[in-house]
Amino acid sequence: MHLTLLAFDWVLLLEKAVLILIIISVSLLVAMYETWGERKVAAFMQDRRGPNRAGPGGILQPLADGLKLFMKEEIIPLTSSRFLFVLGPGLAMLTAMMTSAVVPWSSHFHLWGRDISMQIADVNIGILYIFGVVSMGVYGIMIGGWASNNKFSLLAAIRGASQIISYELAMGLSIIALLMITGSLSLKTIVEQQQVGHYYVLLQPLGFLIFLICAFAECNRTPFDLSEAENELNFGYHQEYSSMKLGFYLFAEYVNMFISSAVMATLYWGGYDIPFVNDAALVGHWGQNPVAVLQVVSLFVKILIFIFFFMWVRWTIPRFRYDQLMRLGWKVLIPLALANMLATGAFILWKG
Amino acid sequence: MQPLTSRAKAVDRKPMNLWERMYIPAIAKGMSITFGHMFKKKPTVNYPEKQRPFSPVFRGLHVLNRDEQGRERCTACGLCAVACPAEAITMEAAERLPGEENLYREEKYAAKYEINMLRCIFCGLCEEACPKDAIYLSETFAPSNYTRKGFIYGKEELLIPNPVTQPEEFAKAKG
Repeated sequence: MHLTLLAFDWVLLLEKAVLILIIISVSLLVAMYETWGERKVAAFMQDRRGPNRAGPGGILQPLADGLKLFMKEEIIPLTSSRFLFVLGPGLAMLTAMMTSAVVPWSSHFHLWGRDISMQIADVNIGILYIFGVVSMGVYGIMIGGWASNNKFSLLAAIRGASQIISYELAMGLSIIALLMITGSLSLKTIVEQQQVGHYYVLLQPLGFLIFLICAFAECNRTPFDLSEAENELNFGYHQEYSSMKLGFYLFAEYVNMFISSAVMATLYWGGYDIPFVNDAALVGHWGQNPVAVLQVVSLFVKILIFIFFFMWVRWTIPRFRYDQLMRLGWKVLIPLALANMLATGAFILWKG
Repeated sequence: MQPLTSRAKAVDRKPMNLWERMYIPAIAKGMSITFGHMFKKKPTVNYPEKQRPFSPVFRGLHVLNRDEQGRERCTACGLCAVACPAEAITMEAAERLPGEENLYREEKYAAKYEINMLRCIFCGLCEEACPKDAIYLSETFAPSNYTRKGFIYGKEELLIPNPVTQPEEFAKAKG
């Protein structure tokens, strides 16, 4: 008994706990400033200035918004299903956060004689894990919309759920083509392959495009934000929510955006690989730790570009109608993804 | 029917070709437009820090004028109150006592002079009616207030600072 306890690597546990803490706080911080960034980007694209009163350049705006949400009255409708009503936002946040567990944020740090991996869990089915967690994300919306006991919320939740389920299919099919090339489901392995060879976006441009479109749909971002279509459904699935429960839903969307940007960067844009530089040679020059820091920076730059792209699309393209959404998902993206899969498979077979 | 202008354009109802049905080029075009707008000059004026200049004929908040020796010009004749279409001006006259010659220019003056800024329509008729050049509309507007009472401006708010004792404030108020 004593021996098994001692044999357990307690430092590893501590290491992972610290890493989880860091990643969760960083994703929350990024989500916070995404709200600020979104408003700024929206303003710039509409020839406005955006928030610029709280702090220089409006940098304290997210704090003010958060404070406002905390100060609001917490309302739970009498006719709602109380437990599920509270569970909904929590679940949305949880699933948004959980995806970050398999994303490799950097190669590894070498500290105190240990190699500290910058990935919470290098599971060999990383992509399957992501898909599993992402499909759980539907429950946050569905439970919230249903528990509100409100026609509009329910309609929005059903619309959102059917949208997410439809686009998950095309997303999965587009990923299969990528997996045929990588031969691995571990995100770390996929990044390491891209460090040596080409970024997979060069090999799978169509697959990336389909994945990107589906990621927009999964995050309920604007061309696909049918579940919160303000002008059709008042506010969508979070209409009955107030105070920080509403904040959790809105925040979960931004965390989702951050994490899906990270996943896209990892799968198709080389993850933490520093572009145009041979990372292994750089390690020989500068040592492991500075390069690992640079790799984190490199990944974050890629993520920020994707987040900007999310916002850019949001303030450009109007929302799809429901039938257009379904037609795009089922009649365009899925056949395209299937064709892409077949072409990739044929190419791999032909090359031997 | 004859088109009224040369700008009329027939609506194109041809079915879209494959290139158009892909939507990607159209989306790219739209996105380049929005991106271009990011670097455009913004028409917004950062209000409290920067203010748009008023035109010299702007009719704003009233000012009760003084002469160059710092004496009030108003004689409480009531012509401004008569001219006012909104009936925003009330006043009470008083007789100048001996020893007050340095305060009031003529032997009658306005002991109370009030303008209700919520009623005033800033037409400038009081300014035109005044035979003594005593009331002017300045280039500022009434600031916001929490109560209606706060919008009834008395002599303390309206009188321009004394040019003899407070030359700086006078110059500032004169603009």
